[in-house]
Amino acid sequence: MTSKTTSRVGATTLLTIVVLALAWLVGFASRLFAIVRFESIIHEFDPWFNYRATHHMVQHGFYKFLNWFDERAWYPLGRIVGGTVYPGLMVTSGLIHWILDSLNFHVHIREVCVFLAPTFSGLTAIATYFLTKELWSPGAGLFAACFIAISPGYTSRSVAGSYDNEGIAIFALQFTYFLWVKSLKTGSIMWASMCALSYFYMVSAWGGYVFIINLIPLHALALIIMGRYSSRLFVSYTSFYCLATILSMQVPFVGFQPVRTSEHMPAFGVFGLLQIVALMHYARNRITRQQFMTLFVGGLTILGGLAVVVYFALVWGGYVAPFSGRFYSLWDTGYAKIHIPIIASVSEHQPTTWVSFFFDLHITAAVFPVGLWYCIKKVNDERVFSEFRLRFERQANNLFISVILYAVSAVYFAGVMVRLMLTLTPAVCVLAGIGFSYTFEKYLKDEETKERSSSTSSTAKDEKLYDKAAKNVKSRVPDCVNSNVSSPVSCVLSVRLCVVDGNSHYAFFFCVSFMFHNANEGEETGVSSNVRTIISIILVIFLLMFVVHATYVTSNAYSHPSVVLQSSTSNGDRLIMDDFREAYHWLRENTADDARVMSWWDYGYQIAGMANRTTLVDNNTWNNSHIALVGKAMSSNESAAYEIMTELDVDYILVIFGGVIGYSGDDINKFLWMVRIAQGEHPKDIREENYFTASGEYSTGAGASETMLNCLMYKMSYYRFGETRVGYNQAGGFDRTRGYVIGKTDIKLEYIEEAYTTENWLVRIYKRKKLPNRPTVKEATIPIKGKKATQVNKQDLTLTFNFNSLQGKNKKGVIRPTPTSAKA
Amino acid sequence: MLRQMYYHPIHVTIFRMAAQVVPVLTKLFDDYQKTTSSKLKIIDAYMTYILFTGIFQFIYCLLVGTFPFNSFLSGFISTVTSFVLASCLRMQVNQENRSEFTAVSTERAFADFIFANLILHLVVVNFLG
Repeated sequence: MTSKTTSRVGATTLLTIVVLALAWLVGFASRLFAIVRFESIIHEFDPWFNYRATHHMVQHGFYKFLNWFDERAWYPLGRIVGGTVYPGLMVTSGLIHWILDSLNFHVHIREVCVFLAPTFSGLTAIATYFLTKELWSPGAGLFAACFIAISPGYTSRSVAGSYDNEGIAIFALQFTYFLWVKSLKTGSIMWASMCALSYFYMVSAWGGYVFIINLIPLHALALIIMGRYSSRLFVSYTSFYCLATILSMQVPFVGFQPVRTSEHMPAFGVFGLLQIVALMHYARNRITRQQFMTLFVGGLTILGGLAVVVYFALVWGGYVAPFSGRFYSLWDTGYAKIHIPIIASVSEHQPTTWVSFFFDLHITAAVFPVGLWYCIKKVNDERVFSEFRLRFERQANNLFISVILYAVSAVYFAGVMVRLMLTLTPAVCVLAGIGFSYTFEKYLKDEETKERSSSTSSTAKDEKLYDKAAKNVKSRVPDCVNSNVSSPVSCVLSVRLCVVDGNSHYAFFFCVSFMFHNANEGEETGVSSNVRTIISIILVIFLLMFVVHATYVTSNAYSHPSVVLQSSTSNGDRLIMDDFREAYHWLRENTADDARVMSWWDYGYQIAGMANRTTLVDNNTWNNSHIALVGKAMSSNESAAYEIMTELDVDYILVIFGGVIGYSGDDINKFLWMVRIAQGEHPKDIREENYFTASGEYSTGAGASETMLNCLMYKMSYYRFGETRVGYNQAGGFDRTRGYVIGKTDIKLEYIEEAYTTENWLVRIYKRKKLPNRPTVKEATIPIKGKKATQVNKQDLTLTFNFNSLQGKNKKGVIRPTPTSAKA
Repeated sequence: MLRQMYYHPIHVTIFRMAAQVVPVLTKLFDDYQKTTSSKLKIIDAYMTYILFTGIFQFIYCLLVGTFPFNSFLSGFISTVTSFVLASCLRMQVNQENRSEFTAVSTERAFADFIFANLILHLVVVNFLG
């Protein structure tokens, strides 16, 4: 008997390990599309900075990295990198590099960086397994682990080469939450300390740690309010909070924030509340009810009032910072657009569309409400249980509340910002795992045990259900709407998705909710074996569809490095457009080492990383006014822009132009944000409405306004563009991105000159002209001999001295020097 | 009736409540003396000591200021955390809560306590500056 059980345990363990290993392998492999198609390269924008910082750390050591002042960014301000970065990512890959090095596997740090996120996806799967195992059952854990390994919502941020904080932070998030659940379950200080350590790793890795430091207190608060306070809660929360606070302050970028900002105050408030509640519980057993009420009501009101007063006093006195704008933008989606255009301008900060829920989560989006429903049901069922079972059940239910809160808050945040889809995905995978596991448990149970348990009276019902399933599933769709009363959440979601997605997925989601509904009902009635077989097969088909969809999405949508572009020719061959690297390489090879390159902030990190040149603004958008200054330069006319560029010591200007190949993410399409951000800081000089056509639309075509046609961005993008012709019949200057001929083709540049344009015109680099020094000699002393030359010089003088008024004088007939004459 | 209520201003009510609180507290103290085991009393003594340290630190920061903020914070958080950890230990060791902490034996509780303190004070030393 005992040997049989041990062999069974052994088999289960082996199976678990094999499944997790396969999940790791599949998760890793499906993230390698980008490498197979392109090469081992760092993607996008932020990863380039992370890579550069990691490289710096590996080269100069950790302490040099912490004290690194980067004078090549934010010229002329510079950036204290060590104090403004979450170092977890760099330290992790530095550590891996060091370990490999000491084992004599000499790999370049770039390879470590490229493969870090896929490797961590396996760890995330394992952490998810443990979390779900604690919450529900090992079977659900395996489901959840497999889901998270390939879920597109998570893959989007962790493909090979996408070397970003999120890649490791999701692992840290899941693991911290697992440890929190574990410590709550056991009430052990050790697990709470482990949780704090894991939280520390999370803090060092990602700014999203604020989510978890508010989620855990929320859970604790919910438990207190629902009357589920226990000594275990006190032990795990208080020891976690204290250690976590001081640990998080060790990260230089976080610094004193945990005691100084409002985002961290709820955690502190719950900590204080728990102390009071614990004291009350201690006192309750020792005094009468009457006395207890006096103490409780009196004490709690006084202390609660005091806490609120103290909080506002501290905020008013400036000791505690009020909630930041980013926080408000989570509650009011219009807030950022009005107050912080720079946040609103980032595409990943836009609200999520319903389609992207389906796109990123597929079947799990439909199933996770079911899992949520089961959890809520379990919490509710508690009242039914007898006193004997109450204690045990209570403990389990505390954990369900944690996952319910996690899911609900994550759903909200994912709805507000596309970017936060990332925090939703793990929660959805956990709940979908629970949903699938529970349903399969119901449907794959042995026939005999079921027979024994169900009474003979249920046979009539069995037959009825048998009839139901024998009919075409699609024809049952209207029925399920009625039958789905018990899982309304799932139904609502499927209806919403249907509306968005059109007819194709109608049956799909209704079928899902129908079956889960049946599983729910099956508990009481018992379902015939045919129904069970059919439904199990359909569920397996859904799972297979999920795998196909996940692979398809990963391969087609999320595996583009965006540094290298790919398109196909008319006969289907792949066409690689490597313009970005071409331009950055040109900058690296052909410009002075200390040359300053001005570009919109999107390309700052890439210029620093690939071209190794000084930039004015970059993706670390910490200084809005500096960005606004660059935006102003881009949106002013040439002479005003020249002034700004001279002040900022700009040598080269880089613009991205997609008009030739039809690349839509270029600077002209981003231009309106530059104008808006510039207007925010310089409302006198830049006005958004000046850039619109007479009919009020944004266009660079025929109707474009005068301001638009004269601004630096327009001139740099379309300089010499009139010479290009798409076809023989078409006029020159046809913009393929916008789909029309541009408004003005004969563009003359006075203060800048074209330095380099890449093969497909994607990147255009201009050089700011150095105007020759003015001679201080008077005209009379100049020899007559070179009269012509003097005249040219004289014109140059006008050029410099009447810099500001030049534009105005132009109309009055002053001869404007052409660039050629200035050169002469 | 109305008149009677009028004759009881707020400070009288407060005084009455306070008068109620005093016997409650004395009863609590008596209870404590009688029912608490000596093991718990040692922990309580330790906690009282930490409490006074914390109060002293707080008075110091009010009088002198918190200038090296990290030093002040590390000192104060060290006190608070020590207090909290001790109270956690006390809960786990307390026989009354035996049923809640089935996974934690007395020895295990003490080992956990030391583990957490080790982490805490390593960090505090690092943060002290």
